[in-house]
Amino acid sequence: MPGFWPALGFTLVYLSFFVLLPLAALALRPWEAGLDHVWGVISHPRTIAALKLSFGAAFAAACINAVFGTIVAWVLVRYDFPGRRLLDAFVDFPFALPTAVAGISLAAIYAPNGAIGALFAPLDISIAYTPLGVMVALVFVGFPFIVRSIQPVLEDIQVEVEEAAATLGATRLRTILTVIAPAILPALLAGFSLAFARAVGEYGSVIFIAGNLPNVSEIAPLLIVIRLEEFDYAGAAAVGLIMLTISLVLLLVLNILQTQIGRRGRA
Amino acid sequence: MSLDISNIAKSFGRFPALQDVSLFAEDGEFLALLGPSGSGKTTLLRVIAGLETADQGSVRFRDENLLAKPVRERGIGFVFQHYALFRHMSAAQNIAFGMRSKPRAVRASEAAIKAKVEELLALVQLEGLGGRYPSQLSGGQRQRVALARALAIEPKILLLDEPFGALDAKVRRELRRWLRDLHERTGLTTIFVTHDQEEALELADRVALLKDGALEQVGTPEELYHEPASAFVFDFLGDSVQLPCTVEGGIAIIAGAGVPIVGARPEGNGAAVAHLRPDGFSVASGEGAGLAARVRNVLLAGPDARLDCVLDSGEALEVRVDHAEAGKLSPKDRVTLTPKAVRVWS
Repeated sequence: MPGFWPALGFTLVYLSFFVLLPLAALALRPWEAGLDHVWGVISHPRTIAALKLSFGAAFAAACINAVFGTIVAWVLVRYDFPGRRLLDAFVDFPFALPTAVAGISLAAIYAPNGAIGALFAPLDISIAYTPLGVMVALVFVGFPFIVRSIQPVLEDIQVEVEEAAATLGATRLRTILTVIAPAILPALLAGFSLAFARAVGEYGSVIFIAGNLPNVSEIAPLLIVIRLEEFDYAGAAAVGLIMLTISLVLLLVLNILQTQIGRRGRA
Repeated sequence: MSLDISNIAKSFGRFPALQDVSLFAEDGEFLALLGPSGSGKTTLLRVIAGLETADQGSVRFRDENLLAKPVRERGIGFVFQHYALFRHMSAAQNIAFGMRSKPRAVRASEAAIKAKVEELLALVQLEGLGGRYPSQLSGGQRQRVALARALAIEPKILLLDEPFGALDAKVRRELRRWLRDLHERTGLTTIFVTHDQEEALELADRVALLKDGALEQVGTPEELYHEPASAFVFDFLGDSVQLPCTVEGGIAIIAGAGVPIVGARPEGNGAAVAHLRPDGFSVASGEGAGLAARVRNVLLAGPDARLDCVLDSGEALEVRVDHAEAGKLSPKDRVTLTPKAVRVWS
């Protein structure tokens, strides 16, 4: 292909400046305080609790979005109703809204005296200022990724294929499970990866609703900020590095899974 | 009577897609629904399959009311114009889909399903290609997989919606002959939709011609071709030339020459339109009684020679003659065209 070398060169330089170099700096930073310090920070129960919360809540939020985002995408693609385009535009709101604004509004309505929080208060369930609140915020920020990934694929599925399944004697459930689901699975996984990755790194909206109790509702990015405020740069970088490593491995696995599934029927 | 369709009507909003259509198909019959686009032929097929609900009327199969059943319980094989194969499934998995969709109690064993798939792959001449995905097959092969998939559920009726519409002309002709052959072997009552009159006349035992959602004529290909019930049928089933004429005492006067009328005689006298095929003219050099014309071009390639003529009235028309006759003519010659016989509908 003509232009390969300049194109590759450009890509490498660009990636180096904006992604690889900062990441390399992050990878080098923790060791200046010694291996013991790094290990001390990483193995600290507070760090482990924060990591568990960050990844666990991000995963749960991505799972919830996978289900409900798919339903929303389905409704937007398959039905025509007044206000459909407006609803479609609302999907992008979590993209556009400053996350702090989202965090404040979420905290306000999910607090025990807020509009939704009040519904759960009698059941002795509190959402804001608990890990549950963290998850609510992460569902909010991850939602558009799933919808926007699946929408074009759903639009692409011919109604005829579903009709064919019906004439062959398949029930609606079987058609959804064996005909529609496999067709949208690669896109769903892609959307899931994006929503998950976004949620792991989310900071702004979470800190307002989480309550930030160490070991309970304190997320890993907040822990990094706290370490920085204590001037423990190496410790902050150590937490960052472990987050980076886990994220990289998870995204790689999701990516491999996605290509494996996507390859079927397209070869 | 195997399939009895009576008084079916269906509208999409204000557009009447089908108006009071009644039709039957005998056991094992090969029936074509022919018509221009928008004539309602596909809608009728979809009503039979249950993919569309009729506003009124009934569809009965051996005295069983088909319209009361949901699509998946009708046992009707349906082949779509654009194949509608499951892209993420191999050809064999596509074919097995219907058999695997049956309730567990009546489902065949996995071994029996595999054997049946092999049998069907052989029937549609795709032995050894069961492992291919639809994207790895040609258009003609995909449509045969779709057909095998429809046959796998052992349908009572087979419905084909423009099955060759998306294929190129040569593959189309091949598949057409092959489908006729397959029908003879399976003996399945088959209804297929087409807008290609040649395909309908060649394949079907009977042809139902639709126009604007209503049946125009139903009959064997010979009946439709030789005894067309209306000008629309005549014009739709082949190339047609229309000439203004005056009807007088049962004959048509065209440019001063009397021409016999075949088929149904129009009632009364007066101005009318005469219809005939392009090979229905006798051509003479020079002037005479008949249509005066000038030869614009002589086309000698093909089974018939064609004369591209311009009438003195300014109208262009193409006349088919045999090669010997055309050989004597050259462009710019003056000729006189006399219709041998015409059809006139009042």
